[in-house]
Amino acid sequence: MSYDIIERSEVPLTKEDFASDQMVKWCPGCGSHAILASLENVFPKIGYKRENFCVISGIGCASRFPYYVNTFGFHGIHGRATPIATGVRVSNRHLSVWVTAGDGDLMAIGGNHFIHTIRRNVDLNILLFNNQIYGLTKGQYSPTTPFGQITKTSPYGTIEKPFAVGKLVLAAQGSFFARALDNNPKLMVDVMFEAAKHDGTSVIEILQNCVIFNDGAHKEIADRTTAADKQLILKHGEPMIFGKDRNKGIRLGAKGLEVVTIGENNITEKDLLVHDMTQEDSGIHNMLVDMKLPHYPMAFGVIRSVPTPTYDELLEEQIKAAQKSSPIKCVDDLLNSGDTWEI
Amino acid sequence: MTKGKIEVIEKESVVVKFAGDCGDGMQLSGTLFSDTSAMSGNDLSTFPDYPAEIRAPHNTVAGVSGYQVHIGSEIHTIGDKCDVLVAMNPASLRANLQWVNMGGTIIVDADTFVERAITKAGYESNPLEDGSLSSYNLIKAPISSAAKQVALEQGLELKEADRTKNMYALGMVAFMFDRDLQILSNQIAAKFKKKPKISETNIAVLKAGYIYAESIEAIESRYHIPTATLEKGKYRNISGNIATAWGLLAAAERSGRPLFLGSYPITPATDILIELAKHKSLNARVMQCEDEIAGICSSIGASYAGSLAVTSTSGPGLSLKSEAIGLAVMTELPLVIVDVQRGGPSTGLPTKSEQADLLQVLYGRNGSCPCIVLAATSPNDCFETAYMAAKLSMEHMTPTILMTDGYIGQGSELFRIPKVADMPSITPPIAEKNDLNYKPYRRDDKTLARKWALPGTQGLEHRVGGLEKSDILGAVSTDPNNHEKMVYFRNEKVQRVADYIPEQNVIGEESGDLLVVSWGGTKGQTYIAVKEIQKQGKKVSLAHFKYIMPLPKNTAEIFAKFKKILVCELSDGQFANYLRMVHPQFTYRKYNKIKGTPFTTIELTNAINQYLKEE
Repeated sequence: MSYDIIERSEVPLTKEDFASDQMVKWCPGCGSHAILASLENVFPKIGYKRENFCVISGIGCASRFPYYVNTFGFHGIHGRATPIATGVRVSNRHLSVWVTAGDGDLMAIGGNHFIHTIRRNVDLNILLFNNQIYGLTKGQYSPTTPFGQITKTSPYGTIEKPFAVGKLVLAAQGSFFARALDNNPKLMVDVMFEAAKHDGTSVIEILQNCVIFNDGAHKEIADRTTAADKQLILKHGEPMIFGKDRNKGIRLGAKGLEVVTIGENNITEKDLLVHDMTQEDSGIHNMLVDMKLPHYPMAFGVIRSVPTPTYDELLEEQIKAAQKSSPIKCVDDLLNSGDTWEI
Repeated sequence: MTKGKIEVIEKESVVVKFAGDCGDGMQLSGTLFSDTSAMSGNDLSTFPDYPAEIRAPHNTVAGVSGYQVHIGSEIHTIGDKCDVLVAMNPASLRANLQWVNMGGTIIVDADTFVERAITKAGYESNPLEDGSLSSYNLIKAPISSAAKQVALEQGLELKEADRTKNMYALGMVAFMFDRDLQILSNQIAAKFKKKPKISETNIAVLKAGYIYAESIEAIESRYHIPTATLEKGKYRNISGNIATAWGLLAAAERSGRPLFLGSYPITPATDILIELAKHKSLNARVMQCEDEIAGICSSIGASYAGSLAVTSTSGPGLSLKSEAIGLAVMTELPLVIVDVQRGGPSTGLPTKSEQADLLQVLYGRNGSCPCIVLAATSPNDCFETAYMAAKLSMEHMTPTILMTDGYIGQGSELFRIPKVADMPSITPPIAEKNDLNYKPYRRDDKTLARKWALPGTQGLEHRVGGLEKSDILGAVSTDPNNHEKMVYFRNEKVQRVADYIPEQNVIGEESGDLLVVSWGGTKGQTYIAVKEIQKQGKKVSLAHFKYIMPLPKNTAEIFAKFKKILVCELSDGQFANYLRMVHPQFTYRKYNKIKGTPFTTIELTNAINQYLKEE
């Protein structure tokens, strides 16, 4: 278990211990500020020594992140944060490795690495900042921009269907998927903590607002005044209840998930689905990540967290087994193995 | 056992090629013959010649698989042409006849020269009967039927019995070269140790082939090959790709840094990935990645975390890795990139060899982006060159590109087994924990290398990345003067590697009429050609380069002592152009070949003689 093998700090650390000396240069009002604050809050809570955290990024607004966190940080190239992070973790399992990247970075140029990283289940924590736009290049549509949206490179509206991040994660046999919002720091800290505890590739999709190029992209879901009716915050082992009166719920019907009202048509809490994030079969998780407005609330929190052997752990086991069984203990043994002769 | 009337020919070296249909077991015959020759004291060089197709149609020229071996007292190449060809069917005869010396011996499996196979090979008439082979010493042997008979007598099933014919052919060749049947039998027994019945039968068939060759009149001569004049020691046979893999493992062990390989299968480099994947007991962490880019990027991550990180590829894969090489140059991390060159551009000639990646290796990146570049000179030299690439990369904190090629990567030769403890030490500049002086871009005064600060080390938290950083402190910087300074440092750091590599040597006199210049995998051919020219009393020497970027410090000094310089390479003159840029004061004449095949001695000696004659 990663959570047990990484060395912990003897003295409690604070948020300030993780703030770097670099000036934060995101736009005022950008969702990234809240994500940074959440990460700086969750690191002391996780409790590892500061030097055992490693933050890795690609290119984009989200990728400036490593410069602002006072740990080991690596600012990579566009789309390649996940393979770089994989190399770090496979080399040293005693590090807690975090990837920060946007939807353009992870879904477009890094799409191939994204699915393969998930399939391998390397123990990484990936924060996917989904603002449905390219921010750093100033407003082109991304693979998660909704169909028909007008942007600088789609003046007549996009004619591409967007990726659903969660469905992609599940299709790639992801072992952990959570969703959070940049305006709900408590939820962010909670799911980041769960991600840290999970062994394997943890993907957190954070719905993030880009104030300059895609302001209000998630407004309908994120607006605090109506959030209770539009957001289903999942808790493992608890029935799926939402709504400002806490009287709405999700039931599994003949044709899939249904929104029902407790008290109507003899519906009680017992009729509702109880969230099981550890369920191996991804059927219900798939339906949950697919819930969209206006017919459904959007699902948040940890949707899936299934214990699955990690790539780095399996590799370590193979190395240990080979070291025990192989007659080749050093390179001299190798050089002298097989057919050799004296001249 | 020799027959009195058989003439024994003394020969410095001979080239034997075993050729047959894919599945005829020619690689095994070839390997057994070369290993036995090595154990009998010969020097050697071998090259497997597979078809590009995995299962090409039976009995066609496209499906011919061959194994060429050159044995003798001092061997540097696989030889231009064969003295002996074993052709197991009409197609293999047709595919290889052009590579047989006039007057050479051709052993054919006469049983296979039936009408259908002859036609399928593209012959209009039976070459064994139409007189077209009259310039050769043709031996028509009933290889298939004789082998089958022996194998059936030994109790093998028909299907298995058919597969022993390669041993019959090997037995015949063993007689011609007076190979020790006991050594061969031991080799076969070791090869089939889990199948004693197959092992015994194969040995019986081998002996039958040997006795057949001894008894027939057709074999007029046997060859006696003098044993090698090699340095005493323990030897083995090794291919370039395996030697590369092992050299990297040795460097990992010597430096105390675990080996990480992130790679993607590509011909002809895949054998490095396959080989390293075997060695988990040596803590080799090998990832087969989803693409070339993930291969290098995972390696960069591994390097950042403190591994000896390697990515292996060929030309097209190197193109895909370009941006990431820039990242490794910018973050000033060690990284070994192995380029096993093949014919290009694009997919090009995947199974053929070329030296045309040089300019890509030197300059194929955005910005001013220098790497150390080394080029291995022969299959066994891949070991030392891979080791040095890893050493220089770690000690100078900058990526190193190791160039080999398909020809030396897949070819093999004798290798004197070194002791890892005798290899030069490797001391990467790893930062100590809580080093108050540590700054990401503080440099060593002499090498200009920055320190390697590994994640997990207390007090060394820092950030690096692809954005330009300020000198010493390593903060993101767009300051114009700082950028110019950092570009200078990155270049100068690579140039200063010249102080840590051996001086260039010259084979032959240190001055003269003509200096032949070559680099990388062509050393065997240029060496032989220059030696031959020297025997003719001409004032010609050879400078064969292995350290490409930077060039050895004495390069210009050497060039200045010759009247003419002829640069020979398997490209359109990329090394010559590079030399023109670095040392423009000299005139370089080019001799280029771009055919996917190595130089032959005659091509080189002709070129050298012609240039000597010119005014």
